[in-house]
Amino acid sequence: MSKTDGKPAQQTTAGATKAVVAEVSIFQIFLEFLIIGATSFGGVVPYLRESLVTKRHWVDDKEFVEMLSISQSLPGLNATNMAVLVGEKLRGWMGALAGILGMCVPGALLMFAVGIFYREHGDHVWVTAALKGVAAAAVGLLLSTVVNLSKKSLSSKFDLAFIALTVICVNRLHLGVPRTLILVGILAILFHYPRKQQKGSASS
Amino acid sequence: MNQIPALIRVFSYLSILTVGGGMAAFPEMKILTVDVHQWLTFPQLIHLYSVGQMAPGPNMMMIVSIGQWAGGTLGAIAVLVAFFGPTAILAYLVAKGWRKLEKWPWRTSIQQGLAPVSIGLLLAGCFSMAKGAISGLETGALAVAVLLILLQYKINPALLVLASAVVGLFTFMPK
Repeated sequence: MSKTDGKPAQQTTAGATKAVVAEVSIFQIFLEFLIIGATSFGGVVPYLRESLVTKRHWVDDKEFVEMLSISQSLPGLNATNMAVLVGEKLRGWMGALAGILGMCVPGALLMFAVGIFYREHGDHVWVTAALKGVAAAAVGLLLSTVVNLSKKSLSSKFDLAFIALTVICVNRLHLGVPRTLILVGILAILFHYPRKQQKGSASS
Repeated sequence: MNQIPALIRVFSYLSILTVGGGMAAFPEMKILTVDVHQWLTFPQLIHLYSVGQMAPGPNMMMIVSIGQWAGGTLGAIAVLVAFFGPTAILAYLVAKGWRKLEKWPWRTSIQQGLAPVSIGLLLAGCFSMAKGAISGLETGALAVAVLLILLQYKINPALLVLASAVVGLFTFMPK
């Protein structure tokens, strides 16, 4: 358990404030994420903050926001990326593995069972009727995510053009997600090239 | 017929497309799982995705159901590892290298540039899904109602999805 794979375990010289998390065990990480994975109905982010920042103090608020923005830019879901980032911070690769396993196991078991049930009974009239409502609601839920993310993470009005271009490439031109991602992604990153900060950067 | 290698190939490929959210990979997922491999139909894909929104944890766990249908328990496990493995490894590597990148000026550029693209991918996925999920006035109205309620009030989305199942039950039952 005391393997440090070459890197210093704590950087106490820089700041002593982050030494609180020194003795979190792999099992504790697994258990905490298992609880989040089993209870986070309707989106994981608030549950993650409540558990990791408020309850356990494993990360502070600033770190949490930063990790979330990394999770958002990387491929992968927020839920699993956060589990990896926080797990890694606490206990290296074992912590990351414990975090992502805990996060995934409850939902995976549930959807395993749901899949079997749906296969058996998915064509009953009442199931079809209910699912028609559920699917429509899922579209509304997705749209609200799009609106909220736009409010939070866009840094320029031109970003709306990049959003439109992405949608056109995928849904109209049928370029496929990978080509669209590379094409529009590079354009948008170049558009936001690093300028010399004149007015003090508000966004990070 | 053994579907496991195909499941691993498809879902590890989809894994790296999920920039900004699982929905970014939806258009590609529809093509690969429905059109190419025919593991399920388009309505089934929409249903599983939507039901998955009520489950806790990462919101793309419906992939487990697809794996289970195509390859049994082993298929479910294969899909789970294939879909979450590659991005987990990437996140792990980034986590380790992040401190070094902190002063790299392009870091902010990448974050600011990828934000609109990932939102666009999410929206594109949403439109692909709407093609199958919104079929008339009633479903359209229900989607808009959910959108407006979520923007206006702080309410748990899973509850709204559940309520919509009840609305669906009363509205779409054949008389």
